[in-house]
This record gives sequence, C-alpha cells and structure tokens, in this order.
Amino acid sequence: MSRMMLRQMKKNQRGTIVAVKQGGELGRRIRDMGLVPGTEITIRGRAPLYDPVALRVMGSVLTLRNNEADFIEVEVQPET
Amino acid sequence: MSAELKIALAGNPNSGKTTLFNALTGSRQHVGNYPGVTVEKKEGVYRLEDKKINIVDLPGTYSLTAYSEEEVVARDFLIFEKPQIIVNIIDAANLQRNLYLTTQFFELGIPVIIALNMIDAARDRGIEIKADRLAEFLGVPVVPIIARTGFGTQKLMEEAARQAARKKEWHPKPISYGEDLDSTLLDLEEKISAGNFLTMYPSRWAAIKYLENDQQIISRGRAENGALSAELEKKVAAVSQHLLETMETYPEAMVADHRYGYIKGILQKGVISHKYDQDRLYTSDRIDKVLTNRFLGPLFMAVVLFGLYTFTFTYSELPVSWLETLFGQISLVVEQVLPDGPLKSLIISGIIDGVGGVLGFVPLIMFMFFGIAILEDSGYLARVAFMLDRIFRVFGLNGSSVMAYILSGGIAGGCAVPGVMATRTLRSPKERMATLLTAPFMNCGAKLPVLALFIGAFFSENKAHYMFFFTILSWLVALVLAKLLRVTVLRGESTPFVLELPPYRFPTLKGLLIHTWEKTWQYIKKAGTVILGISIIIWAMMTYPGLSESEKGKFALQRQEVEAAYPAMVVAGGNMALSEAEATERSRLLDSIDRAEANATLRYSVAGRVGIALERVSFLAGFDWRTNIALIGGVAAKEVILSTLGTAYSLGGDDQEKNGSLAEILASDPGWNPVKALSVLLFISYYAPCFVTVVCITREAGSWKWGAFSMVFNTLFAFVLAVLVYQIGSLLF
Repeated sequence: MSRMMLRQMKKNQRGTIVAVKQGGELGRRIRDMGLVPGTEITIRGRAPLYDPVALRVMGSVLTLRNNEADFIEVEVQPET
Repeated sequence: MSAELKIALAGNPNSGKTTLFNALTGSRQHVGNYPGVTVEKKEGVYRLEDKKINIVDLPGTYSLTAYSEEEVVARDFLIFEKPQIIVNIIDAANLQRNLYLTTQFFELGIPVIIALNMIDAARDRGIEIKADRLAEFLGVPVVPIIARTGFGTQKLMEEAARQAARKKEWHPKPISYGEDLDSTLLDLEEKISAGNFLTMYPSRWAAIKYLENDQQIISRGRAENGALSAELEKKVAAVSQHLLETMETYPEAMVADHRYGYIKGILQKGVISHKYDQDRLYTSDRIDKVLTNRFLGPLFMAVVLFGLYTFTFTYSELPVSWLETLFGQISLVVEQVLPDGPLKSLIISGIIDGVGGVLGFVPLIMFMFFGIAILEDSGYLARVAFMLDRIFRVFGLNGSSVMAYILSGGIAGGCAVPGVMATRTLRSPKERMATLLTAPFMNCGAKLPVLALFIGAFFSENKAHYMFFFTILSWLVALVLAKLLRVTVLRGESTPFVLELPPYRFPTLKGLLIHTWEKTWQYIKKAGTVILGISIIIWAMMTYPGLSESEKGKFALQRQEVEAAYPAMVVAGGNMALSEAEATERSRLLDSIDRAEANATLRYSVAGRVGIALERVSFLAGFDWRTNIALIGGVAAKEVILSTLGTAYSLGGDDQEKNGSLAEILASDPGWNPVKALSVLLFISYYAPCFVTVVCITREAGSWKWGAFSMVFNTLFAFVLAVLVYQIGSLLF
C-alpha cells in the first residue's frame, strides 16, 4: 500500500481516499460530489489534453482538474 | 372533496428529475423565474382523482449550501414556501451519492418521500435495492419508479399526496457528526433557541450552517443579532482550531464525512447488493472509451457539431419556405384588400414583414433546439465540457463555459439570453463575468437568419462551409476576448471544475419535444412582443416625417409630364397610341420617379437622417445609410436587422424588386459586393448585444455598468474588425 496524490495516479489504478486537504468552496464541492475519506475511486482516464481526469466513484463518473486532484490523497491498492 | 397540495421535486442533476417532471405534468407546465434571480422556476400540475397537486421543480443540486444560486434558491424555497412534502428523486444506480442531498433534507426536517428512479438501469448494472428496507432505515417512504416509462409514478403521487395530507410538523433528524461537533452543535442550538435567533430556520439546522461556515446564514445572523452571531462564530472558530490541530480537518469536512457515514451505515444493512464488481465496464464506459479517446474524441466532436449544422439547415429548408410563402400570400391579400395609405403600409411593412421575418425562421430554431436537446439529454454535452476544459482554461474560463457558449449559439443558433443565464452554473465570479460578456459574440438564432441570408446571397456555393467558418470564428473571437478581459478588467484565480459525466442515455421523445417547444416558444414570444413593437417603431421612424406637400408636388408634376409625353391608351380593341418601345419607356420613367420619391421619403425620415448622419463614420466599413438603419434596429433585437433591411429596400426599391426576396435584391444591388457583405456580417456578428441580452447581462452582473460596457466594447471591437476587413478586402479585390 502506498499513498499518493490523485494527480499521480495512472489510468485504471484503484485506491481509497484518505484525505481531502482543502477547505472552502473547492473542498465543499469535492465533498458534495462524494469524494470523502473512505471512498473508493478508480481512474477512468484523462481528457485528450491529459487534464481533467475522470474517476469512477461509487458507480458514477466524475471529472476533476489535475490541480484540484492535488488536494486529494489516496491510498493506492497494489496492482492485481 | 377537492384539495390543493404543493410539493417540491428535488434531486441531483442527472437523476432524471426533468424526465419525471415532464412525465407527471406533461404540457401543464409553467416556466418562470424565482423572484430576484434568473434561476428557472418550473411549475406544473398533476391531477390525482379530485386532487390538484402543484409541483415545483427545484433546480438540480448536489447539496444545499450557499455555494451557488441554485442551491440557495432551492433551500429558500423549502424554508419560506414550505411545500407539504419533497419528492426527492434518486438515481438508483447512484444511491450513495444521491442520498447526500437527502441527508440535508433530513437536517431541515421537511417531510420527504423518495422516488427511487431508473431501477431498470440499476438492475442492468447488477444493482438490487430493497426499497422497503431502505424506507425502514431512512424513516421515509421509498417508491421505486422508472420515470421514462411512467412506471410507479402514479403510486408515487398517491403516496406523496397521502403523506402531504398528514400536515406533519418538521422534525429535523439528529445525525451525529462526531463527538466534538455534536457537543458544539448542542451548545449552539441552545443559544439559538434561547436567543430567539434566526427563527425562520430550524435551530439545529441554523447551528449546522454556522458550523459549515455558511455565508448566507451567517450574514443574516449578523444582521439580526450581531453580538449573538459573534458568540456563535467564536465557538465555531474554537472547534475549528481544535479539529485542525487534532485531525487536520475542518468542521464542514467533518459534517460531510458524517453525512456519508450515516448513508453508508444504512446501505450496509442489507439494503443494496451488487452482482458485479463496481469497476465493471458498463456500456456507457465502453462508449466513452471511443468518444473521449485522445484522438477519436475530438474528431467525433467536430463531426457531431458539423452534423448538427447540416441537420439544422438542411431539414428546416422546406418548412421555412412554406412559411415564407404563407406570409407572402398574406401580404398579397392585404395589398389587394386595403386601400393605399398609412394603414396598409403599417400592416404590410411594419407588421407582416416584421413578424413574418421572425416567424419564418421558427422551423430552423426548432430543428436546432431539437438537436441540442439530443446532445444534452444523451449526456454528450458533458463530455464536450470535459474534453474542452483544458482549452477553456487557457482563456481564463472553465469547461462549464461551454454550456453558456453553446446555448448562446456556439452550436448553430441558440440565444444569448439563456446563454447569459446559464453562466450561473459557473462558480467563480470572474470566469462567469468573462463568459457572460463574451457569450453574445456567438451566432444566436436571431443572427443566424442574417448570416444565412447574406451567405446565400453572396457565397451561395458553399453555404454550409461558410456557416461553419462563421461559427468557428465566433468561438475564436469569444475566447480571445474572454482572455483579454481575464487579464485586464477581470483578473483573478480560476475556480474548481468538478463535473459529473452522466451515463449515456437514449433521450425520450417526449423530453426532446417539450424541451424544443419550450425554447421555440420563448423565441416566438419574444418575436411576438418585443419585435412586433420594435418593427412598428422602426416602420414609423422610416415613414415619418413624410415629405412636404411641395416635395410631393414635384414628383406628381414629373409624373404628369411623363404621362403627357406618352399619352395612355386604354381603348379596348387595340387602338394603341403608343408603340411597345414607347410603353416600356413610359413605365420605366414612372418607376424611376416612384423610386426617387420613395428614396427621398426614406432619406427624409427620422431613420434616414440618423443613418445618413452615421455614414460619415460608417463609410470606413462600407456601410451605407440603409445598412446603418438596419444595424440600429438590430441593437433592439437582431431579428429586426433583416426586417428593417427588407423594409428599407421594399420602400426604396422599385416594383419588380419588391417581388423578389431580400437576398436577390441584395445580390443584384450594385451597391453590394462580397467584401461589403463580409464586413457587414462580421459587424453584425460582434456588435452590441440586443437589448434583452443587455438587460440580462446587467442583471447577472449586478450593475448597469457591465450592460453599458458590453454595448460599447462590442460595438467598438466589431467596427474595428469590419473596417479592417472592408479596407483590406477592397484593396485586394
């Protein structure tokens, strides 16, 4: 198990959010969409210009910009 | 017994809320605005036996923070209008995330009934939800439905009516937010109750909002009782400090975590079962693998956008020509029935030409909105925003700006009015301002006919190509100017872009039709009111003051001279006094006198004088006074440009040309050439937005200064561009 910021994650990598290190509006918006500690995410892919990133979260797909993904710390599951 | 009930329909975006609303109310809908803001307020009626159920469709939101106008509107509606019950629609395939909003209704304590939507789609994904267990643990009724087929909706409304009739008090559900917060919350709640503070809100709810640092509630609190508010804020600051030190978190984050915790706790009690792995690739993901692919995605997007053009323009041609013929016929009838005079002139030139010119394009607009509705309802538009975000950021905007641009006419047509309103979904005021100020540069539905006509008249070989070119150009202009604004008057940080990509869905025909009709009706209403009035005003400006009697006398004298030189020959049996050549010459001379008089009249009119006065500047861009008149009319509403130009030419042209369409008149007029047409087109595309848009900009931006700014800035920019094109073009060709 290793921790990294969401931005560093690769396509199809899975993990569990451990922290959202951001308050204020951005933090609130991230949490409103279900990105809270304990949530499992999978990287679905990136937009044609590598940004934003699309994630699978609880059955739906969300997109975040890379610089927003920088606030989300994830415990990455080892590749199986 | 007949009873009236008021229920609110609430849910996340993409939960199928609009589909349910349409299924319930059908055509019995009314679209308005919430007072003071431009968030759309949709109301409708559902009849359940003898009961009349009024349904208010709240804006789709993920939360009830003070964070966006939609959320504020939604919660203010709930708190101040107190609907008897909320029908909370939830996407069954997305239960956990959708219930987040539900927990916030629970905090408020308002009675809720859950409409568990799209259970069929969830089942396809291997998700099985036990509605009765969910209802038991949540403590509210849960009715499984499929909004698009209507399954379960009757039962839902029966249950909602039954619950609503009970006249329940609001009972906020005490959700735990962890030890630290719970004790603070109790403390705050006591102080709020004891101080009779913010009594319009449930006290626990107000306390939670203080914890969440909700700016709307806090500022209301400060206004009501500054000292008490300061005391509450101090307590919140203390617990915030504590949380930050011990757990590196914020109270609002803790609150959110515990709401999710509450949901998870319930779902784990055997409410939901997944047959497949959650990461399994669904059909939607497979489609996305292609449609948002690095190479195929943008390619496909270009094809889709171009396809929409072809669809809009090709298929609407026939109905457009029908309407043109219809209005032509009406004119003809009026022409024959009414005696010559101001009334006839008013009806033909003012009313029929004005309104007909606008309504003639209704089919075009319907086709366009139908196409956009398909893109929107299918979920593709969100992918467009996703793929374009990186580009938009370069220009100081975000991917959500694409919606405002597309609505304003980024895809064939649209209208800057809803476009400007759509900027509400943008969070940062700076990006929002930049978008709403540049959205009017797009080719709205009203500019489209102007483009279509000029392109048809001057560049007819490659109509679709030119239309495409003008759209791409509008995007470039809008983006570059947005960037310009963002580095000058609107400098500042960029805002978050957390967006949901809904699964691809087949749009329902009913949804598409309602959507199309709504938008088209908005256009017709505008045409029927504002434009009719303006068309009449412009007609009056072009007719009055009429020529003086002595001037008229001069023309009458000239006619008499011609008639004397070529005496008429009306004897039946062919006692021709004139040869054929002489007869032709006679009518040619009379025509030219008519034309001269009409021209003199128009030049002498108010509009003519303004247009001529402006020629001193506008000649730089190649505009003559007739064009100027049309452009002035266009500030009132872009639809007026064509009708004014039509009026200008039908009044000033001769009889044969009157019968031809405006396009033919322009194409054959020696005063026009492709360079001038291009210059006029560019000017029309980018100069001052119409009055309605200016009013919207003013309202959205909160100051007349921005409305005025957009008029002056856009006109200057457009004029410089038109002058450059005209001057350089004239040198080259």
